Amino acid sequence: MIAILDYGSGNLRSAQRAFELSGAEVVITSDKDIALNAAGLVVPGVGAFASCMRGLINMGGDEIVRARVAGQRPTLGICVGMQIFFRDGDEHTNGELHKGVGLWQESISKLKAPILPHMGWNTVSVTGNSNLFNGLTDQSFYFVHSYAAKAPVGIAQAWTTHGEKFLSAVEDGAICATQFHPEKSGDAGLALIKNWVAML
Amino acid sequence: MTLSIRIIPCLDVTDGRVVKGVNFTDLVDAGDPVEMASLYNREGADELTFLDISASSSDRETTLDVVRKTAEQVFIPLTVGGGIRTVEDVDRLLRAGADKVSINTSAIARPELIAEIADRFGSQVLVISIDARRARTESGFEVTTHGGRQSAGLDALAWVGKACALGAGEILLNSMDADGTRAGYDIGMITAVRAISKVPLIASGGAGSLEDFAAALDAGADALLAASVFHFGVHRISDVKKYLSAQGYSIRTNATV
Repeated sequence: MIAILDYGSGNLRSAQRAFELSGAEVVITSDKDIALNAAGLVVPGVGAFASCMRGLINMGGDEIVRARVAGQRPTLGICVGMQIFFRDGDEHTNGELHKGVGLWQESISKLKAPILPHMGWNTVSVTGNSNLFNGLTDQSFYFVHSYAAKAPVGIAQAWTTHGEKFLSAVEDGAICATQFHPEKSGDAGLALIKNWVAML
Repeated sequence: MTLSIRIIPCLDVTDGRVVKGVNFTDLVDAGDPVEMASLYNREGADELTFLDISASSSDRETTLDVVRKTAEQVFIPLTVGGGIRTVEDVDRLLRAGADKVSINTSAIARPELIAEIADRFGSQVLVISIDARRARTESGFEVTTHGGRQSAGLDALAWVGKACALGAGEILLNSMDADGTRAGYDIGMITAVRAISKVPLIASGGAGSLEDFAAALDAGADALLAASVFHFGVHRISDVKKYLSAQGYSIRTNATV
């Protein structure tokens, strides 16, 4: 079973449907035990880094994520759900840093680009031995964000350029994360979700 | 590669049906929004926009159902506009499966609504839709209401600046002079708005020839919205993208995976 963590973040129903298309049973939940024990946990996220992190902490989601990672249980962060896996982010804070879950000791910062948000379809270039992007060369994915990680973390990475190069996906043992929205990225996104489910 | 330009078909929806002329031979039911959304998705649409033109609140409830069904079957971004007046209206649409909302009249009536929505859900969910026409205002463009028939008493560029400052994530610029003419987008207006805004810009109104789409991109549009040329089969989305690709624009090709 796959659990989509409900901590007050946006459009979860279409994410549920997109993951169901892989053949898995999918629940939207804020129940700690279900989230801890599911074969795969999806951490979505829209809006600002600080408010997402607040929502996550309020329901104990940060502890759930840390416990899953410690137990090598597959966990996938999407968009701001990826960003809050990092050490900190400086979104909307006049330079002040907000703490993240801290799975990776790097920071999230604003993209240096003339037009923001980075909104729409962009390509990725994969480095390392990726399972997520298996069979998915030269595909576009849907992005909507103004902040991103720029340093390499994990075992395999995907990189995208908007104004500057940033980290668009990570695979690191049990942790996977995408800055883009696979559940909104048409057939390519559905195929990536299938790849993740196959890794569970 | 760079960010692709986006082609966005717009469907007018009321009481659960698509209205305002749709003319496809390959649809079982040309009025079914979910079926049309699927078809446009297969054709290579990069996003979809539903404009809720319902007159009554019970019709609006039906629109939520349409959004739900569409979001469960079509996995590309969906924007919904029309009749949104409060943060709660936005919340309902996002929960039903919309990814973005577009607001127009309600933001003119009460600009703080822009900041309220952006604070609660983030700027990225919020498209400010502006119906503008050429007029003797400071910039030469003014904002209109009532489908372009009335002046809102606002200079269009001043309004763009204010909306962006309040937290608009994207601008949908409709030319009321060009709308429905198929004589081309209002290039001067797109250029003027591009020069003062740093958020993505969607051009709308006037698309006719394939060259019109390219001209709007050259003027600085990031995305192109059109209704009748797609609904009546003047151009297929795939043909527009093929043309733009051949002209050197970055487009998303349909995934075959």
